Amino acid sequence: MSYTGWILLTASLVGLSCGLIGVLLILRRMAMMADAISHTVLLGIVCAYLVTRELTGIHMLIGAVVTGLITAIVIQWLHTRGVQQEASIGIVFTTLFAIGVILIATKVGNAHLDVKHTLMGEITFIPWEIMEIPLLGRIPEAVVLLSIVLIVVVVIIIAFYKEWKITSFDPALAASLGIPVIFMHYLFMSLVSLTTVAAFDAVGAIMVVAMLITPAAAAYLWTDRLSILFLLSSSFGIMSAFIGYYLAVWLDTSISGAMAFSTGIIFMISFLCSPKYGVLARRFIGRKKTANI
Amino acid sequence: MFSFLSYNAQSVLFSTFLLGMAAGAIGSFAYWKRQSLMSDALSHAALPGVVLGFMIIGEKNLFVMIIGAAVTALLGAFFIQWIRSSSRVKEDAAMGIVLSVFFGLGIMLLTFANRMPGGNQSGLDSFIFGQAASMVSKDVWTMMIVALIVLFITVLLFKEWKIFLFDPSFAKGLGISITKMNALYMAILVLVIVVGIQAVGVILMAALLIIPSVSARYWTESFKVMVILSALFGGSAGMVGTLLSTFGKGWPTGPFIVVTASSVFLVSLFLGSKKGLAVVFFQQKRQRKRMALLEMTKEIEQ
Repeated sequence: MSYTGWILLTASLVGLSCGLIGVLLILRRMAMMADAISHTVLLGIVCAYLVTRELTGIHMLIGAVVTGLITAIVIQWLHTRGVQQEASIGIVFTTLFAIGVILIATKVGNAHLDVKHTLMGEITFIPWEIMEIPLLGRIPEAVVLLSIVLIVVVVIIIAFYKEWKITSFDPALAASLGIPVIFMHYLFMSLVSLTTVAAFDAVGAIMVVAMLITPAAAAYLWTDRLSILFLLSSSFGIMSAFIGYYLAVWLDTSISGAMAFSTGIIFMISFLCSPKYGVLARRFIGRKKTANI
Repeated sequence: MFSFLSYNAQSVLFSTFLLGMAAGAIGSFAYWKRQSLMSDALSHAALPGVVLGFMIIGEKNLFVMIIGAAVTALLGAFFIQWIRSSSRVKEDAAMGIVLSVFFGLGIMLLTFANRMPGGNQSGLDSFIFGQAASMVSKDVWTMMIVALIVLFITVLLFKEWKIFLFDPSFAKGLGISITKMNALYMAILVLVIVVGIQAVGVILMAALLIIPSVSARYWTESFKVMVILSALFGGSAGMVGTLLSTFGKGWPTGPFIVVTASSVFLVSLFLGSKKGLAVVFFQQKRQRKRMALLEMTKEIEQ
């Protein structure tokens, strides 16, 4: 496949898995939690690197999932100790992120780790870091990693589809039905960290946040059905990847920045024009109603 | 004070102290308005403005960049408010959207700016993680003056702030306009954020607003004392963090300020005189002892 093809495929895989996870984030009102986790996985990656001296593969995933879970647990713990939810998110993620940045800037800075890289990603380098896969041939590492994560995400979402639906829309009902709400919560947090870290390496923290929250929020303006939400959100993710890439090529600018910006364009269109919950539709329908009266 | 440091370094330290004080004070307002993460969204949203300010006049001028930052941060605040009030998307998602999309735009613009003549040496990148070392004396003065203005407004209108935060309906009775207070609050919040991003960086600026105020909560029940403590915690975090970051070449300032603030938070969390973990532990222990004693006397009486 061509150079452009690999980049588009990588970004689409990010858009797809983030779009799926994002739907649950929006429904569970945990958008800022995702923002927090996407920052703290940096510390997980740095720690995994300090221990194993390797930057790829399974160590990084484990490190990231562990820090993601720790983030979620500490935020929850501070909240039960009386700190406002928002404030405890703000404290935990900035602290862990700052430690990560300091570790990079002082100790491991000469290695492959680079603070700017982690924020903005190096999607342009992805087609060069290739590994050999039997039957499939030479494939970029990031594509392999992202595909595995996507499969995990899809399998877990389908396997617990009913549980996700009930715990997201009506947690109280879920608890009374005997669904392990707390287990589902931490399973979900692990999924978020897994997706984040896989995408992190490819496109950087900021685009992960954009891809997690914005396409799902846009889809949320079009429909109420969970299955359609998943479909729409992941297609918005892929659309943003394509629009962002060609925007970046056209303007000769940062690819991940442009992709993050494109999610915003799609959201803005949905926000204004969605026939169901859009601003214009509401105004129009509002007028029609008053006219009828 | 730090006589081993040059005059320039001393003034930088003093300015980050003032900045931290202003951020700590405004942070406790944000805490009671339950808007801690709003400051995070706004500081990210300031990035495109900073870069635009640079691109318009073609050189690094902190004043113009601050105006640019304030414009895009306020635009971000407006979008959050608009999305929240006229669609079913909740506030936290709206903040996440504004934060990431504006930051993405900022990164796009940064690539343009770095291609402009002189763009590469402008130190624009230091706005992301903060670099107090990149500040020239004009920047230091701008930061000090703005921080002092914010502190002045805080002290001068203290009674009004208190009523505005805790009893808005009473404020109406007193003839204090909630809309105006809200606008003033937003204005000084944005002012502190945009003036702080050169030293602390857009990504971590929010921490300087959030962490000191939550730490202060562990020492007092009084709002006034909380604001004062929060300002002091913020100020010392700003100064100590900046000092720490000068020990290595090219070390970013923001993360060190944040880690200092978090250390203060950890101490407060464990040892704070109100609701600190140690205090709560001993209170519970005493309670249990008293209960046991009570049961024993009951048994003896029977």
